[in-house]
Amino acid sequence: MTASRLATGGSAIDRSRLIRFSFDGTTVQGFAGDTIASALLAGDVAVVGRSFKYHRPRGIWGAGVEEPNALVDIGGSRATPNTRATTEPARDGLVAKSVNATPSALADRNAFLDRFARFIPAAFYYKTFMWPDWHRFEPRIRAMAGLGTVDADWTSPGMADQINHHCDVLVVGAGPAGLAAARLASGAGLTVTLVDDQQSPGGSLGHRAAEIDGKPAAVWVKETIAGLAAGGHLILPSTTAFGIYDHNLVGLNQRHLDGRPDTLWRVRPRQIVLATGAIERPLPFANNDLPGIMSADAALAYLRRHAVLVGRRIIVAANNDSAYEVAGALAEVGAEVRLVDIRRDGTPAAAANVRLIKGRSLASASGKLRVDGVTLDDGTRFDADCVVVSGGWTPTIHLFGQAKGKLAWSDARAAFLPGEPVGGIAVVGAAAGAVSLSEVFAGVEKAFAGKENAATPRSTGPEATDGILPAWPMPGSKGRIWIDYQNDVTVKDVELAARENFVSVEHLKRYTTLGMATDQGKTSNLPGLALMAGITGRTVPEVGTTTYRPPFTPVPLASFAGARVGELMAPVRRLPLENVHRASGAVFQEYGGWLRPAHYGGNADAERSIADEARRARQSVALFDGSTLGKIEVIGPQAAAFVDFLYYNTMSTLKPGRCRYGFMLSENGVVFDDGVLVRLDEHRFIVSCSSSHVAAVHARLEEWRQDRFGRSAVYIHNATPDMATLTVSGPNARKLLEKLHLGLSLDDADLPHMAIGHGTYAGDEVRIARVSFTGDRSYEISIRADHAEPLWAHLREAGQALDAIVIGLEALMILRAEKGFIVIGKDTDGTTLPHDLGVHGPRAKRKTEFVGRRSLFTEEASRDNRMQLVGLAVPQGEAPLPTGAHGIKRIDGRLRSQGFVTSSYQSPTLGRPVALGLIERGATRHGETIDIQYLGKISKATITAPCAFDPAGDRLHA
Amino acid sequence: MQLFPCPFCGPRDETEFHYGGDAGNARPDGADVPIDRWADYLYLRTNPKGTAREIWVHMNCGEFFVMERDTVTHKVLSSAALGGEHVA
Amino acid sequence: MTTRYSAFSLFKEGLAGQTGWQPAWRSPEPKLSYDAIVIGGGGHGLATAYYLAKNHNITSVAVLEKGWIGGGNTGRNTTVVRSNYYYPESVELYGLAHRLYEGLSKELNYNVMLSQRGMVNLCHSTREMEIGARTVNAMQINGIDAELFSPDDVRRVAPIYNFSPDARFPVFGGIWQGRAGTARHDAVAWGYARAASRLGVDIIQNCEITDFIIQGGRCRGVQTSRGAIRAERIGMAVAGHSSVLAAKAGFRLPINSYALQACVSEPVKPILDTVVLSPGCGVYVSQSDKGEIVIGGGLDRIPSYAQRGNLPTLEGVIAGLLEMFPIFGQLKLMRQWAGIVDVVPDSSPIIGPSPLPGLFLNCGWGTGGFKAIPAGGTLLANLLATDEHNHISRPFDLDRFASGRLIDEAAGSGIAH
Repeated sequence: MTASRLATGGSAIDRSRLIRFSFDGTTVQGFAGDTIASALLAGDVAVVGRSFKYHRPRGIWGAGVEEPNALVDIGGSRATPNTRATTEPARDGLVAKSVNATPSALADRNAFLDRFARFIPAAFYYKTFMWPDWHRFEPRIRAMAGLGTVDADWTSPGMADQINHHCDVLVVGAGPAGLAAARLASGAGLTVTLVDDQQSPGGSLGHRAAEIDGKPAAVWVKETIAGLAAGGHLILPSTTAFGIYDHNLVGLNQRHLDGRPDTLWRVRPRQIVLATGAIERPLPFANNDLPGIMSADAALAYLRRHAVLVGRRIIVAANNDSAYEVAGALAEVGAEVRLVDIRRDGTPAAAANVRLIKGRSLASASGKLRVDGVTLDDGTRFDADCVVVSGGWTPTIHLFGQAKGKLAWSDARAAFLPGEPVGGIAVVGAAAGAVSLSEVFAGVEKAFAGKENAATPRSTGPEATDGILPAWPMPGSKGRIWIDYQNDVTVKDVELAARENFVSVEHLKRYTTLGMATDQGKTSNLPGLALMAGITGRTVPEVGTTTYRPPFTPVPLASFAGARVGELMAPVRRLPLENVHRASGAVFQEYGGWLRPAHYGGNADAERSIADEARRARQSVALFDGSTLGKIEVIGPQAAAFVDFLYYNTMSTLKPGRCRYGFMLSENGVVFDDGVLVRLDEHRFIVSCSSSHVAAVHARLEEWRQDRFGRSAVYIHNATPDMATLTVSGPNARKLLEKLHLGLSLDDADLPHMAIGHGTYAGDEVRIARVSFTGDRSYEISIRADHAEPLWAHLREAGQALDAIVIGLEALMILRAEKGFIVIGKDTDGTTLPHDLGVHGPRAKRKTEFVGRRSLFTEEASRDNRMQLVGLAVPQGEAPLPTGAHGIKRIDGRLRSQGFVTSSYQSPTLGRPVALGLIERGATRHGETIDIQYLGKISKATITAPCAFDPAGDRLHA
Repeated sequence: MQLFPCPFCGPRDETEFHYGGDAGNARPDGADVPIDRWADYLYLRTNPKGTAREIWVHMNCGEFFVMERDTVTHKVLSSAALGGEHVA
Repeated sequence: MTTRYSAFSLFKEGLAGQTGWQPAWRSPEPKLSYDAIVIGGGGHGLATAYYLAKNHNITSVAVLEKGWIGGGNTGRNTTVVRSNYYYPESVELYGLAHRLYEGLSKELNYNVMLSQRGMVNLCHSTREMEIGARTVNAMQINGIDAELFSPDDVRRVAPIYNFSPDARFPVFGGIWQGRAGTARHDAVAWGYARAASRLGVDIIQNCEITDFIIQGGRCRGVQTSRGAIRAERIGMAVAGHSSVLAAKAGFRLPINSYALQACVSEPVKPILDTVVLSPGCGVYVSQSDKGEIVIGGGLDRIPSYAQRGNLPTLEGVIAGLLEMFPIFGQLKLMRQWAGIVDVVPDSSPIIGPSPLPGLFLNCGWGTGGFKAIPAGGTLLANLLATDEHNHISRPFDLDRFASGRLIDEAAGSGIAH
C-alpha cells in the first residue's frame, strides 16, 4: 500500500491548520478535521496495531465505530487506552501508541506467536495448562492478554457532565434517513433532538454521490441542518446513542473536542427514530486480515472526506453494487483499479477506467506487513498495494435489539432487518434495509404517516442499488480466513466450535470469543453465524443472533459516575453545629451515615483525649451533641394504639409528659431499633430512635400507618433535621442547666428521670427530656436547629465554672458500655431477639398485637442456647478484650464459637476494662470463665452482668 | 430507567420508589397463628413472571400504593393508592 | 478421535488441523424416561448430573435445559470463588465447594482456570474493622483461611486503590482470603457437561418444562417442549426462575427474582491482581485473564425477570468503582448485562425436598451461586440418590423458614453474599 494525501479535495479537512502528533514514537502530520486514522493513512502508516491473540499485524479497516483493528492508547492528560483511531479526532501534540505491541506495531516482539497458531486454536486454554497447575501458567497468559495499557500517572480531568433531556422525537443518525426524519418531525411541530456519531452530519451523504430536491447532497445537508437549528431543535454531533434502556430511555455519549470529559445524556423521548445506517462487511478469503485490506466504503470516505487515496494499485472486491462507485472514484483520481465481483450477471456498469472482472472472487491475499497482491479463485494473481472489499451491508440495529425488538431475516438484503415494530421506536433508512434514497425517504414518510408534515425530500440524483449475492465464509475453505479481526477468530475456529458441539450462537461466541472484542462484533457477527449455519446445515435465522447488549460503543466509565465523585458518591449527614465543633478541635468520623465528633482535642493523642473525656464526664458535667437522635412525631386519635403495635413494649400506658425506653422489632422478631418514646399528650408521641435508623424507622411507621391503621388514624412527621439536641450529663448537670434559666422547674419532683419538660431559651421553645445514655443524671435539650448555636455556646460558657467537658461519641461509647447499655447493630446482630437482651416481659405477658410477635415463639426463638447479652471481665491487669474476639469451645474435638465480644473499652473511671458480648446461654452463666480467641491467640474472660458501673442506678438521681 | 406512576405525584423515575412486597399479603395477628401460616406471610412470595400486583412506596411523598406491572417487559399496567382513592 | 485434553493432544491435533476433537457433550434425543431428571442446564444442574453419575452411579439421567447450557447465571456472573463465610453451616457448604473447585480442572479434565489470586473485603471504619475481626475470627475458628489485613496489607495487594486522605471510603483494613479468586464461568458449565455426558448423562438443550406430571400426590415426570419425560426423582436448579417452576408444581417459595448486573471494561494489560470488595462503595472488582476489568455491584431494586442492564444501578456501581480506583476513570465500559437471581430473605440457598414429593430444590443462591456449584451439585445429587439430607445440606432445608432458624450471613457478619 502506498497511501497518500491528494493535493486537493477533502470535505472534512482544513488544510490551513496543520497538525502534528506522534504514533509509536514517530511524528505524523495531518490537518484539522483528520481522524487519527485518516492522518495515519495519509502518512502511509500501514501497520497500526496487533491482534489480540496471534499478534498479527493490523491495518485500518474502516472509517467509523465498527473499527476492529486500529486501536491506540492515547497518553497524557486525556489518557484513554483502546481508543478507536477511526473516530478519534487528530489533535496537535497528541501522543498515540499502538495497543498490544512491544515496542511498536511494526516491530512487535510477540509476532512469533502467529507461527504457533495451529497449536493454539479457539479455546485451546480449556484443554491444557492443567498440569501441574493453572497457576503456573496464568501470570504469563495474563501478561500476554489485554490490549491497551492503563496510565498509572493519570489524574482525573474533572467530573463528567450528565444531562437529563426530554424531547418529542430523538433521531439517532444524521444521514439521509435521519435528516429527513428530523425534518418531517420538525414540520409536524414536534421538538427534535438529532444526534450523530460523526463530527459533521450527513452520514453516507458525506462521501456518496447523491442529489436531493435538485440540490447536491452537501448543500441539502447544510440547508436541512440550518433549518433544524433555526427551528430551535437540538443537534448533537460527535454523539453516539449507546443504549436503549427501560421505558425507552436512551443513553448518549457526547464527545468534546476541547478536552472536557465526555457527557452522558439521558434522553426520554416520546418517539425514537433509529436512522443508524449500515456497516460494511468484509469478504472471506485467505489472509483477509492483512494491513492494506479495508472496507470499500471506508476507502471512499477517506478519499472524499480527507482527500486520502488509500493505494495506487487497488483491487476492489465485492458481491454487491455499492463498491462500483468506490472503484470509479478511486480510478478517477489516478489509481489503477481492478474490480473483482463474485457475480456473473446483473452487475451494474463499471466506470470506464475500472477493469471489471466478473464471476470471480478473491481466494487469498499475500504480503507480510502489508498486502502485496491477491490471487483469484481461478488462480490469477494481481499485484496490489491495497485491497478494498465490500461483502455487503449489515444494518445497524443494535439499539433496536437492545429494546428487545425481534429481527427478521431478509434474503434480498442478506441481513437481519428490524421485525415486529417496538412501541415508540421507528427504524428507517439503511438500518431498515433501504438502499436507494427513494426507498429511504419513503420509509421515513411512512414513519411519520398521519402527521402533518413538511414535504418529504425527493431523490433527484443517482440511486444506489444493491444486488447482493451473499459471500459468506464457507466451511472447508483453504487458508486462514479471518472473521473476527481483533480476537483472531478464523473459519477454522468456527469449524472447531461446531465439531465440538458449540453450535448454539451464544456457545459459538463464548467458545471462540467471536464478537467479544472491543468492537463487539460489528463486522464479524453475521459472517460468523452464517458460517455456523453453513456448517450445521441450518439457515442463518435458525442459528439466530446473540443478544444485543449496551453499550453500542464503549463509553467512558467516568461518564456513568458523573458528579458522584468523592463525598458526592455517598453523601454524609452533617450536624447543624459541625463548624462549631470543628472550631473546638473536634475530630470527625462517620457513624451510621452521620459525620460526628469522635472526640475533641485534635488528632495528636486520640486515646488519651477519649479517656479524659470519659473520666471527666463522670466527675462533673459533660456536654454532648446528640442532634442525630431521631425525633419522629406520631400524632392522631389512634397514636397510642399505633405505638403499642410498633413497639415490643406496651407504650399506651405511658403518661403524658413521660418517657419510656423500648425496642422496635422486625416482623421476624429481631430487635431492629431501641430508643425512648416520649408522650407529649394523649395523642402525641415522639419516637426517639437511634441516629442511623431514622430514615428506616420513619419508613416503617409510614408503612404500618398506611397499611394497617389508615391515613386518618395517625399522622407522622419526621422532625429530626428540624431540631438540634444538646445533651447535658453528669453529677452537675442540673447545676449547669439552672444557670440557663430555661423557665421551668428542674426540681426532681417536677422533672424526674424519664420525664419531659418544656421551657424557652432566647424566645424559642425548648423541650427537655430527662433520659440518660450515660447512667448519670442527664438532660437532653431540643431546640430548633438553626438557633442551637447560641444555646451551645451558653452551655459551654456556663459550664466553665463547673469544669464541664465536651465529649465526642467515643467517650459516650465508653460511658454507656460501663453501664451495659447497648447499641443496636453493634451489641446485637441480625439474629438478636428482645429476650436475648434480657427483656422478657412483653414476650411473656403482652396480650395485644405488636410487630414481630409471632416470630418470638418459633422453634428458633425458644432455643435454650441462644446468644445472650453479657458483660465480660478480664483477669486483673490485662488489657481490654479485642472487639470481635470470639468465645470458643470444643465440640467433638472441633473448635466452635460460642459468641463474641461486641464492645470493649478501658474504663478510666473504673480503672479496668469493660466489655459487652453475646454469649451462648450467657445470662445463666454469670461467673463462668471462658476461653476467648482473637486472631489465633487465646485469653480468658469471665461472664458477668452487662452493667459494670453503678448497678443500682443511684447516679441517675444524684 | 423505568418510569413509575405515583398515584399522587405522577410519573417519576424508578429511583424514587421502593418495593414493598406482594399486594394482598394479609398479616395474620396473634401469638397463636399456625407457624406455617406465619411463615407464609413472612417469607413466601408469588414472584410471578409476568403480571404482578405489588405494593410500592414513593419515597419522595411517602405514599404507599398498589402497582400492577409486567415483570418481564416492565410495562406498567396500573397504579392506585392503597385505598384505591387515587388512580394514576 | 481425540478425547483427552492435554498439552500433548493439543499439539497432536495441531499437526492434524484440530480436526480430531469429539463433541464436548452429546446432544441426544430425549428418552421417554430416566432414573432422574435435573431441570436446568446451568452449573448446578450439570454438576448435579455429573455427581449423580460419579458419586452414586446413577447414569440414567437427563439434564433439561430451556435454552443453551450455561446460559443463565452461570454465564452471567462475575466468576468469584470464595468461602469467606461467617456461620459454620455456610462454611461447611461453601468450604466443600471451594475444596472441590481446587481439584476441578484435573477431575473434569477441563481447565476451569481457577485463579486463586486472593480476595480482600475492605473495612472502611473502626466499626467495620471490629466486624471484620469478628468475621476473621469466626472463619479461623471454623477452619477457613482468613487474615485480618492492615491498610499496609491492602496496599500490598491492591496498590492502585484510592489511599488518598480525602477518600470517601478510606481503608482501615480488610478481610483477606488467600484461597479466594476467580474461575472461568463458561468452562465450569462446559467441563461438567462434558464429564457428565461421558458418564452417560443426556444433556437436552432447547427443552422447556411446560408442566409437572403429578400422580398420586407425587411428581413423576415433566411435560416439556420436546414431549413428556418421566422420572421418579426430579431435581430443579433453575436460578432466577425457581418461583416459576414452583408455581407449576403448586407451591410458593420464599424468593423474589431480581436482576443482578455486571459489566466489563475494555481489556487492558494487567493492573489489578486480586479481587477487591468495598462494602462502602458497593462494588467488587477483579481483572479477568483476558484483561477486562470485571465489575459487579448490588442488586437492582426492582423485582424483575428481564435479563437486561439498566442505567441507575450501573451509574451507582461505576461511581463506587471510580472511588475505589480513580485511575479506572480512563477506561471505557465495553459490555453490560444482567442475570436474574433468586433472592431469599436470609440470602442462603434452599437445598432439600420440595413440598411436592419427588421434586427436590436447589435454588435461592442469590448473587453467589457460581462459587457454590460443586457443592450445590454434590448435595442435590445426594438428595436425589438417597432421598435424604446429609449434614451439610440439612440446615439449608426449606423448613428453616417455619422454624425460624435462618442462616443470614449479613446478620452475622455484616457482609452480604
